[in-house]
Amino acid sequence: MMNTTPRLPFLQPLLSLSLLIIIWQVLASTLNTVVLPSPLLVFDALIAALSSGELQHHLGITLYRLAISFFIAMLLGTAIGVALGRHQKTNAFFDSWLVILLNIPALVTIILCYIWFGLIETAAIFAVVVNKLPNVIVTIREGARNLDEELLEMAEAYQFGPLKTLSQVILPQLYPYIMASARTGLALIWKIVLVVELLGRSDGMGYQIHLFFQLFDITSIMAYTVSFIIIIQLIEMMVLQPLDKKSQRWK
Amino acid sequence: MNTLNIDIKSKAFTTADKHTVTVIEDLQFKLSNNEFVCIIGPSGCGKTSLLNIIAGLDKRFSGSVSLSEAGTQFKTSYIFQNPRLLPWRTVLENIQLASNEQANNDTKIIQLLQRLGLADSLNSYPHHLSLGMQRRVALARGFYRESDILLMDEPLVSLDPPTARKARTLLIELWQQQARNVLFVTHDLDEAIELADRLIFISSSPSHVVADIKVDIARGERSAKNIEQFKQQLSSQRTDIAHLM
Repeated sequence: MMNTTPRLPFLQPLLSLSLLIIIWQVLASTLNTVVLPSPLLVFDALIAALSSGELQHHLGITLYRLAISFFIAMLLGTAIGVALGRHQKTNAFFDSWLVILLNIPALVTIILCYIWFGLIETAAIFAVVVNKLPNVIVTIREGARNLDEELLEMAEAYQFGPLKTLSQVILPQLYPYIMASARTGLALIWKIVLVVELLGRSDGMGYQIHLFFQLFDITSIMAYTVSFIIIIQLIEMMVLQPLDKKSQRWK
Repeated sequence: MNTLNIDIKSKAFTTADKHTVTVIEDLQFKLSNNEFVCIIGPSGCGKTSLLNIIAGLDKRFSGSVSLSEAGTQFKTSYIFQNPRLLPWRTVLENIQLASNEQANNDTKIIQLLQRLGLADSLNSYPHHLSLGMQRRVALARGFYRESDILLMDEPLVSLDPPTARKARTLLIELWQQQARNVLFVTHDLDEAIELADRLIFISSSPSHVVADIKVDIARGERSAKNIEQFKQQLSSQRTDIAHLM
């Protein structure tokens, strides 16, 4: 394969992002309408929201919900995925449940959770987990099906025991699948968290964006969105990519 | 003395089209006094099935495998046909993980690897080693773990003759240093005579023991000539197993 990585690793994404902002600026000034504020206005709104402390408050709450539901969904999903991937009969029995869960619209589960459990935090988290869980299960199940039987036999012959087999033999093989579902999970979960907040919470990004919508404050909506995109990018760069590198060093 | 009793009444499996095939039937033998035993049999006679049963990987059989003094629980080391090293662990870590000791004796592992010519590869990942080197790591892993029985499933197959010869010498050296019961599966009679205290001939499936023969050449005198002589003597005395040789 050709090596296409530029000499400065940050140069290319920086150029591409600048181009996006320039297009945005040009569009905003030619259209000159309130529904598309210019990048500068959005930036000002962002600074204002930051200095009032409102942005941090709502962003923090949303990130907190995101983190909790992310970890619950990943943990449960990995456990169930491994169980289904390793036991054909269990999988055959529960497969239809999974198909149903995968196909219920997010909005339906959210509304049902609020109706059944009330407009409480647990209902919000539960709704997000239920939405993400089937995706994790499907991905991890695929990984569990492809486990190397020879290595599993080796672990058994050398009497590794369940804990050591899990940590030394099974999880390293599932790692690419776990990373894939973590990446898609992050993207999916934050979108669902916002809907959950919009429908039944009185704080968080979703609630704020709903408020701005009613006030027709498009600049603030965009400012909040930009701040969130920055956070997600930071998580990708500071957490996910280093994790990837660390786990791939044996290849 | 710890004697390993192997008594397999029957081992069968069902094929995809619902036929039941019996691979092993009434196969019994004993291993004791840190013997080196070679199992010889035609391909497809269930030699690997036998090793898997002894290693506890296959529990669907009737019969028993047990150690005389310590009850049913015994420790096995298994050297497979493929090295089966964990690719995400270094050579040293692979060996440490396979031993059940709480505190690993790294000096002992390093000495062992030095003898196997792997002193420079301690912290390498298996992907960076040749197949021959990976096999030697698997050998070190099998020997480092203190076990009641060491199982080997043609671990030297597909190595070129000089490398295989060197590996056999090493194997015997390691075994003499760290004596234990060894069960070595092969289809190469020359190799078996060179290595074993006893040869166990197994019939084609459903397999059972057809001959149990002591190799009475002294260990220092197992030259190609002596091995050939032993083979000829054996085939003239035991015409019943000539087809297995």
